[in-house]
Amino acid sequence: MKLRRSMLFMPGANAGMLSTAFVFKPDSIMFDLEDAVTLREKDAARILVFHALQHPLYRDIETVVRINPLDTPFGLDDLQAAVRGGAHIVRLPKTDTADDVRQLVAEIERIEHTCGRAVGSTQVMAAIESASGVVNAVAIATASPRMMGIALAGFDYVMDMQTERGDGTELFYARCAVLHAARVAKIDAFDVVYPDVNDDVGFLKEVDLIRRLGFNGKSLINPRQIELLHNAYAPTEEDVDHARRVVAAADKAARDGLGVIALNGKMIDAPIVNHARRVIASAQASGVRR
Amino acid sequence: MNQKLNAQSRQELQTNPALQGLQPFESAYTHTPYLQDLGQKYSRKIVETVQEAVQRVGLKDGMTISFHHGYREGDRTINSVVQILADMGFKNLTLAASSLMSCNTPLIEHIKNGVIRRIYTSGMRGKLAEAISNGLMDEPVHIHSHGGRAHLIQTGEIVIDVAFLGVSACDEFGNANGVNGKSRCGSLGYAKVDAHFAHNVIMLTEEFLPFPNTPVSISQDQVDFIVKVAQVGDPSKISVGAARATSDPRELLIARYAADVIEHSGYFKDGFSLQTGTGASSTAATRFMENRMRKAGIKAAFALGGISGGIVDLHKKGLIDTLIDTQSFDADATESLRTSPKHIEVSTNEYANPSSKGTFCDRVDVVILSALEIDVDFNVNVLTGSDGVMRGASGGHSDVAAAANLSIVVGPLIRSRIPTVVKHVTTLVTPGECIGVLVTDHGIAVNPNRPEVEQRLRDAGLPVFSIQQLYERALEISGQPSPIDFLDKVVGVVRYRDGTVIDLVHQIKPLA
Repeated sequence: MKLRRSMLFMPGANAGMLSTAFVFKPDSIMFDLEDAVTLREKDAARILVFHALQHPLYRDIETVVRINPLDTPFGLDDLQAAVRGGAHIVRLPKTDTADDVRQLVAEIERIEHTCGRAVGSTQVMAAIESASGVVNAVAIATASPRMMGIALAGFDYVMDMQTERGDGTELFYARCAVLHAARVAKIDAFDVVYPDVNDDVGFLKEVDLIRRLGFNGKSLINPRQIELLHNAYAPTEEDVDHARRVVAAADKAARDGLGVIALNGKMIDAPIVNHARRVIASAQASGVRR
Repeated sequence: MNQKLNAQSRQELQTNPALQGLQPFESAYTHTPYLQDLGQKYSRKIVETVQEAVQRVGLKDGMTISFHHGYREGDRTINSVVQILADMGFKNLTLAASSLMSCNTPLIEHIKNGVIRRIYTSGMRGKLAEAISNGLMDEPVHIHSHGGRAHLIQTGEIVIDVAFLGVSACDEFGNANGVNGKSRCGSLGYAKVDAHFAHNVIMLTEEFLPFPNTPVSISQDQVDFIVKVAQVGDPSKISVGAARATSDPRELLIARYAADVIEHSGYFKDGFSLQTGTGASSTAATRFMENRMRKAGIKAAFALGGISGGIVDLHKKGLIDTLIDTQSFDADATESLRTSPKHIEVSTNEYANPSSKGTFCDRVDVVILSALEIDVDFNVNVLTGSDGVMRGASGGHSDVAAAANLSIVVGPLIRSRIPTVVKHVTTLVTPGECIGVLVTDHGIAVNPNRPEVEQRLRDAGLPVFSIQQLYERALEISGQPSPIDFLDKVVGVVRYRDGTVIDLVHQIKPLA
């Protein structure tokens, strides 16, 4: 089970951060060539990220490159660097339609052919940043077999909706739409960044909400948020104990040839057993909550 | 009635061999004439200027003067006193400051002019350190640890002729502490040693408080003269530099690993004791201790040090019973020292002098220390940078590393583009045999002389590597750094805590 709880943004032009970012052990690391890079540093960032992608110290971590949109002068060059550099995933910003994804995938396939990378080995995720994107979320999520995830980007979206970030009510519909699209497509869903890096309490409140909604994880802008997030996503000791009892009961029922599984007098059905197995796998991957 | 000895007794004093050398009584006030003058009786030690105090204690060329560094980067005493001594024409003085900082740049001129000929200090930073590393002085600087300084004073290598001790406030007899007055620096742990051993003590105070000014950290019977000055130090700059708090994610990551190491080291038991040295990751580790202590129901008997806000917080929450404070790193520590009966001040002699009759550092279970470099044999350099320039301090590093049951060194594997883990340290300050664990952002290494600790950390699932692996990883990122070119001239003598010489610092070769 590939955990994708934390996707850490790293400004592509910051050589110092690129040389150490992997020590924070996010589930995925996202080198940003788009909004975090000023116009005059676009070239430098692209070259830095191209080399970072090939550095042996990044071999154990999933790498994502956020390219500039393909209709900008930088988009295609960014894509060349990402695919040739060996990025696992390309993140497309400002995805409004399924055609945006198909256009990206066509370019990736062309580059894979040219550079000798296995065709189909570059995965794609789409960032939804507008009302159109939210409305087209299902089409976007199912646009290509390369799609591994869909992410909501809050800042541009609330601008487009003519509102602002607040208690989360303003994102409620978009979160649910993106999440449903991801589940229809059987891909992962990522929540927005939490911008105030000094507000751990607010961050954890938001994490609790999106975890319960069902998001796989969240985009992060500060490495300090990684440990908080991972811990909040880890199952509690009680959850794990309960899951173990459920699985044990299911195993026993199977051994005894019983069709009906019961635990403490309550009937347990297959989805509960599956959930219990996921909880145990999650605890094995990330430990229990502290 | 005549109180004087009669003629026969006076005669006997002179002739009886058993009474030879004894003086006949003259009057009740022969030796204490000031008791008959109310003004003199109470304020005889107070003089108007530093110059007058210097003249009255009889400072001469070639003598040794001393200072404490309780105000760290905010110190205003050293520079101003040395300027006064320079103006008075003094030459060839030995400066024995407990430490020197970036704020002491003005001393460069006084070294050039021959006012200061020799220096004993725990460390140096900034332009002064650069100039000395480049051969400014004819005689090498002696770098000692905090405990080692007390040892050198006690054993007579450093004879303090005049100690100039800056305090926020004292009474007119000289009773002083660092917790009263405006510019409070907290513990006077360094100054207490000087006050005890110096032949003469000139106290510089920002204000006078009513007698008796308690608690008495420096006692009236140690103080010769008192001068009121505008400013002795700026406490807001104590926590600048080495003693700063951090929000840097990498330093916090290292701090969290360090807390993990403590938790699983085998020493994390109810009643344990700890110390955190200077350095951001080291002080930040306390932040991560709280949850671990609460969850395990563990309380610490005491914390030693260098006390900072993080430690004070745990003390206030009842997780650390007693704080033993030789230097207060921030206003929280100073306030706690002032208000908490279980926050006590100790001298560096009690803290770490290896020839003292009992030091607190001998009772420490776990200490977290910083490093500029650590080599594959766990030897630590806290003094010179990778460019060979002095930019740090020995401090209490070698003292506590030797004494604590487990010494943990923390630092990033690479600073900017320079590795921290190296083949050989540029300068040896603390021998590797004293270091148990190295914690970096890339993982943890355990000294092979602590196999039991390594096993516990591995069992806990911590990312344990060999130090050779960490060294190779650093090289993989940074490449092999070029060696530094040194000249023959010795600019620094590193004294181990027992006074022996553990390394020499040579002048760096100027870049062509």
